[in-house]
Amino acid sequence: MKHTAAMRALLAEYLGLALVLAVLIAIFGLTTRNFFAPVTFRTIANQIPVAILLAVGMTLVLSTGGIDLSVGSVLALSGSVFGLLLVKYQAPWPVALAACLATGLACGAINGLVMIRWGLPSFIVTLGMLEMARGAAYLVTDSRTMYIGGNLGNLSQIAVAGVSLGFILAVVLALAAQVVLWRTIFGRYLIAIGTNEEVVRLSGIDPRPIKLAVFMLSGLLAALAAVIHCARLSSADPNAGAGFELQAIAAAVIGGTSLMGGRASVVNSLFGVLIMAVLETGLVQLQAGEPTKRLITGAVIVGAVILDRYRQRGQ
Amino acid sequence: MSADGSLLAVSGLSKSYTVPVLRDVHFDLLPGEVHALVGENGAGKSTLCRIITGRVRPDAGHVTLRGKLFAPPNPRVAEDAGVRMVMQELNLIGNLSIAENIFLNRLPGRWGWIDYRRLHDDARRVMSLVGLDRYEPARLVHTLGVGHRQLVEIAAALSRRCAVLILDEPTAALSDTETDLLFRQLDDLRAAGTGIIYISHRMEEMQRIADRITVLRDGCMVATHPARAVAIADIVRQMVGRDLDAVARSQERQRGGLALRVNGLTRGQAVRDVSFEAYRGEILGFAGLMGAGRTETMRLIFGADPLDRGDLYLHGAGTPTRIRSPRDAVRHGIALLTEDRKAEGLLLPLPIRANIGLARMPALSSGRTWLNAEKERENTAHFVRDLSVNCRSTEQPVGQLSGGNQQKVVLAKWLFRDCEILIFDEPTRGIDVGAKFEIYRLLEDLAGRGKAVLVVSSDLKELLTICDRIAVLSLGRLAATFERGQWSEHTILQAALSGHASTPS
Repeated sequence: MKHTAAMRALLAEYLGLALVLAVLIAIFGLTTRNFFAPVTFRTIANQIPVAILLAVGMTLVLSTGGIDLSVGSVLALSGSVFGLLLVKYQAPWPVALAACLATGLACGAINGLVMIRWGLPSFIVTLGMLEMARGAAYLVTDSRTMYIGGNLGNLSQIAVAGVSLGFILAVVLALAAQVVLWRTIFGRYLIAIGTNEEVVRLSGIDPRPIKLAVFMLSGLLAALAAVIHCARLSSADPNAGAGFELQAIAAAVIGGTSLMGGRASVVNSLFGVLIMAVLETGLVQLQAGEPTKRLITGAVIVGAVILDRYRQRGQ
Repeated sequence: MSADGSLLAVSGLSKSYTVPVLRDVHFDLLPGEVHALVGENGAGKSTLCRIITGRVRPDAGHVTLRGKLFAPPNPRVAEDAGVRMVMQELNLIGNLSIAENIFLNRLPGRWGWIDYRRLHDDARRVMSLVGLDRYEPARLVHTLGVGHRQLVEIAAALSRRCAVLILDEPTAALSDTETDLLFRQLDDLRAAGTGIIYISHRMEEMQRIADRITVLRDGCMVATHPARAVAIADIVRQMVGRDLDAVARSQERQRGGLALRVNGLTRGQAVRDVSFEAYRGEILGFAGLMGAGRTETMRLIFGADPLDRGDLYLHGAGTPTRIRSPRDAVRHGIALLTEDRKAEGLLLPLPIRANIGLARMPALSSGRTWLNAEKERENTAHFVRDLSVNCRSTEQPVGQLSGGNQQKVVLAKWLFRDCEILIFDEPTRGIDVGAKFEIYRLLEDLAGRGKAVLVVSSDLKELLTICDRIAVLSLGRLAATFERGQWSEHTILQAALSGHASTPS
């Protein structure tokens, strides 16, 4: 009894998006010659870890009713710090990794602290960080892309069944984040704050440390994404990550996460990332040009949200 | 006018959602009549009015207006036909002015430019009708208290001639003077032939203002009485379908030790040098007019607002305790059930389960990190049963519950938190009679168990019924404190007015 009810809830939660994904795959399977080749899926899997990590962080931030526009720039800055230490200072990679993660964490902490101290909306604070982190990235790298190459050893080549370490890490973290959201007090507080922060405060819970934590988490995930990004491209680029924040928001929104807070699902954001990636790959195989791709992607984002509205009304 | 002279007639109206909410209801309204509609929350009053004003479609039955079939597809059409409703939930836009809110859908002007002079002149005229003339029409609505916002809403309804006016709990947030003024306006409307449907939980009001009273219970029409020929007790009995034992204060409670001493509490002009003591095992009431600073005082004690001056001594301690935030307050055993439960007390879209546990999540966890679903389920079930919360399941979003059941969920949240000092700000506002008495009993029970219970209420009868002592605030100052037996409505009212008499403004 209990199990079937849980199953039904799970189906209702994920079926819609899985269906959209399946339909997309079917369409591309029929219209292109070799969409179903294993290489297609391997390519997708290896391209999206960065997007997944950013979407995970974004979903958690959105669940509190906040937004983090700075993740793309924070990715660039932490990546630059990573490259700088590896290349210029010849630091061993664990040291560079630690510094990179610390940079992301610090950016997130600054976002959170400024928000809390002056009671500013996260949109404005992280918009400021978007500019500042980008500027800092140019500053530390002298606006030049650094070739990392052999400094990382063969870290980026490790793969399980042709799927990169990054992809596995990203999916595991996404699932972990979903568990946090569902099954921990912290997750419950996130949703509660996103629903009505004043009610949380008047229930004797200080929402500020929780909000700080979620922005630090977002910064940390952006830094982790930077490491994967650098490893994949064998270089650290201060221009990296521009516009990634919007992709992360799009993935979360396709997954039904509310920009107003109080409703979020990391797994659904994962579906959001997959849908965008399949769309991108499929359209490339159809030899669609950049303008067509963007037109279609935009329409799919809005369409998915409209679909989600109907799904909710049905429940 | 129809053959039988009725202005509005409802016949055979039925409506079901998952359960029937209206069953074959017949109801009529004469021109120049105030027809009161009473019933517990969930009895179908609101649904009936929503159908009349085009917000909901009936499953069966029909409405006639002046003998002609009346089935407005939306509220706009109903309004154009002169059928208006003042909702219980306030529908005002806080960042617009009083005048703009009153005339929102017909701002005077041309080519998109608002004629503010005319707007403000018109607004002043309407505002004076409900006693809002002390304010500038350009004043922003969010700066007003709940009671005055309600008056703005009523002013908006009065600003246009209407044939049928529906008022849903218009006096819930009004002072006695404001209520008197409202009633005078209703008399004028009545004289002009407007039919008024009046929903309220305040029985005394019914007998004062209504010509006829119709009782609804569980979606069925129970009876219609001429208002002057029926006893309140009979109506209450018909509403709840059983006899209510009058809240006899069961036994004399034993007053315990000092729970809270407040010394010189001050915040701006709202709260000025307020000092009092509250004891375990007693219910201490706070009376006063709108704007007397009762809510503000409670928020200061709870740390919800920063205070300018003043000390709190808790649980008989000799040194004051600093409370800087609600978090501090709750940790020191103080709970506040806020006046506005929807905006400040409940997470409306979340299930009952999540609301009851909120203030004490660590107790429902394993290792203070992981939620323990089993504990949470048991705890929720316990409170839902204990307080007889009427719901489909504990997974039901709180926003779907009736006012009384929502209040029970807030109560459950704080009972679970198990504080020693409980502050209730308007605990029975917008709650039906049956639930009201349940809440009184709970308050008595809490005091009986040795908690210090502080109750703010605008309903003086309520305070007179349940309190051991009543403190009266007037314009931010503590005017007097009365012991049970030493008070009368008259002396309390005098104390409440005292601040107003001594200030020249």
